[in-house]
Formats: sequence, structure tokens, C-alpha cells
Amino acid sequence: MENIDHQKVFDAKIEQDANIEAKDWMPEDYRKHLIRQISQQAHSEVIGMQPEGNWITRAPSLRAKKILLAKIQDEGGHGLYLYSAAETLGIGRDELIKQLHDGNAKYSNIFNYPSLTWADIGAIGWLVDGAAIVNQVSLQRTSYGPYSRAMVRICKEESFHQRQGYEIMANMMAGTADQQEMAQDAMNRWWWPALMMFGPHDTDSPHTGNAFKWKIKRQSNDHLRQKFIDKTVQQAEVIGLKIPDNQLKWNEEKKCYDHGEINWNEFYEVINGNGPCNRQRLNNHIKAHEEGEWVRKAASAYAIKQKSTVSQ
Amino acid sequence: MENIKDTQWPIWEVFIQSQAGTPYKHAGSVHGSDKEIAMQNARDTYFRRNEGTSIWLVPTDCIVASNPDDAEMFFDPSNDKAYRHPTFYTMPEGALNI
Repeated sequence: MENIDHQKVFDAKIEQDANIEAKDWMPEDYRKHLIRQISQQAHSEVIGMQPEGNWITRAPSLRAKKILLAKIQDEGGHGLYLYSAAETLGIGRDELIKQLHDGNAKYSNIFNYPSLTWADIGAIGWLVDGAAIVNQVSLQRTSYGPYSRAMVRICKEESFHQRQGYEIMANMMAGTADQQEMAQDAMNRWWWPALMMFGPHDTDSPHTGNAFKWKIKRQSNDHLRQKFIDKTVQQAEVIGLKIPDNQLKWNEEKKCYDHGEINWNEFYEVINGNGPCNRQRLNNHIKAHEEGEWVRKAASAYAIKQKSTVSQ
Repeated sequence: MENIKDTQWPIWEVFIQSQAGTPYKHAGSVHGSDKEIAMQNARDTYFRRNEGTSIWLVPTDCIVASNPDDAEMFFDPSNDKAYRHPTFYTMPEGALNI
């Protein structure tokens, strides 16, 4: 038994597209890569509740408010599926949250942009969740079992998110000139950050090598970004929205859209903490965490008391 | 209460039965300070869309799992007993309903 070549067993499983499970041996860097990637995604789901939460009290109808509440609750749920997957790798929830608060763990850049108008809620659902879905569908085939299963669960729920957002945009584009202008303005502000969600170009992506080798990641940033662009352009056309990119053009030879260059300076500025809302998002999270501490402690004290009463 | 450090509460594994009569299936985990809170959290986390009719919760540290390193040896004995399968047997020509 002591002669098992763990690395060889692991490599063979990856080679055969078999899942790695929590108790299986895995290279330390594989574990680290997963914890970083999964927790970043979990934090994104939870921080992503803030820009949308901003509009709950101002939703234009009861129907819209109910939908928005349900969607935001889903995002919290998705965060929990992912924390649950990360915890199977041997890291505690408290540590994951600490890394977020310390700034050692990141979350998606997109949630550092403000949601200024109701049309932004449409744009977030349609474009931001739309981009996330393209990535998540691909990750359903990731090599780590608990992560893959969380992705399957999330994908089942995401399509409602994207459709409700697109419906908001479609309704506004069918409305008054002011509403149309508001929808186009949201489109203009969210399009490029949505494209940035897929991360740097493949040639500049620092983590890509191992992630591919280990089949954590199955498709490249540029491939997924292209997929998102190709399916979104038609949806914009149908409701009369313009994509804010002069260089966007169908390439008949490649059977996909060519697009203009992404402003990577902006991307790195936001990653490094200088986006419009970085400070606010993190401070809100820290505040909620600290203000909830007495509740967690009280519930723990109650559980201890119940146990001691039973055993007497 | 001052002695309790900031906690995220113990972890519980969640098993859900999607409809009456079907087996329970592992869904993921939740945190909960006790059974009641863990159950509410499991409902809110894994049952937002009619996903099932019943939940089992098990404290994570109570789960006993087989060791993946022993899998080959541990599960091997069942591999070479073809006579445990019905197709192993030759039935006489003409026999029906067997």
C-alpha cells in the first residue's frame, strides 16, 4: 500500500477525464489553485448582491421587486454552494472570509462598478450574468468533483437571471425615448466591463498553464469571450440596442465577430483597488460580517446550553 | 459568551430526496449552530425551487468515508464473481419466463 505513486494515479485520472474527489490525493498546487479560483467565485457571488440590492427599494413594480429579491437570494445561494465546495479542500469559511477582508482574495472586477439606473439591473442580468453563464457552463466539466457539481447546480438557476435582465432591457427599448436612452446608456457602461470578466487575453493570462493541464479550466479566456460576443450581438439587435464598439464586425471567414481592443489599463486599475466602488463593496461586507458577530455567538452559546441541559 | 470566538458554526452535509420514493442524494453542505438552524439554512440554500420533498442532515465529522488509497484492494473482491450475475447461467432451450 505504501508504494502507491499518488502523482501517477492523479495524472491518470486527469488524463481519463475522471473527477478528483475531496479525499483523493492531489498536488498541493492543484489544491491551492482550486481554493483561489473557487473562493474568488464565491466572493463574487456574494459581493455581486450589492449592486443589485441597491435597487430593491426602488424597483418599478411589485413584480420587478419580487423578481429582483429572488435573483439576489439566488446569488447568495450560489456563493454558499461555492464556499461549500471550497471547504471540501480543507479550508474553513472563517479563513475564506478573512482572505476577502484582508484583500488577499479577489472577487470579480465587474462588481466594482455602480448600478446607477434601473436599466443597469437589466444590463447586469443580461450581460453580466450572461457572461458568467458562458464561463460556468464550461466549468461544469472542471476536474474537481465538488466544484463541478456546484457549477451544474448554479447553471440550472442562472438562465432565469439572464432572461429577467434581457426582459427589462427589451421593455425599456419598447418604451419612451427617455427609457430607450437609459437602456442604451446602461449598455454603453456595462459592455466593456462584461467582456473583461473573462480575464486577460490567453497570451497574458498568468494562471492558464496549470489550470489547463489539470483540467480545472476547459476553455480559454478568449474562446469564452468570443462565444459571449457572438451570441449577444444578435440579442442586442433584436431589441434595437447598439454595441458600443465601432470595430465590431462579422468576420465571414472565421464565422465570428471581430471586436475592438479592450482597455486593459482600466481592468488592472480596478483589480488593484481603484475601481469606482471597490472600497464601498468591501466595507459593506466587513460591516455586515462584524454586525452579525453577536448573532453567530448567541446561537453558538444557545447550542452549547441546549447540549448541557440534555446531558444533565 | 465572551469565550466563544467568532465562528462560522459547524458544517452539516445535506442530502435531498427529490420526490417521494426516490433515494436521497448528496447536495452539498451548510453551516448551522444547531439542528434547527442547519435545517433552515439547508432549506434556504438547496430548496428555492421545489427541489424535493425531504432533507437529511448529517454533521460532516460523522461521515465515515472509504479511503481512496485502498479502493482497488477494498472493492476488488466483487470483480471476479461472475456467478453473482444472472447472465452467468445457461438456461435450457425452450424454457420461458425465467
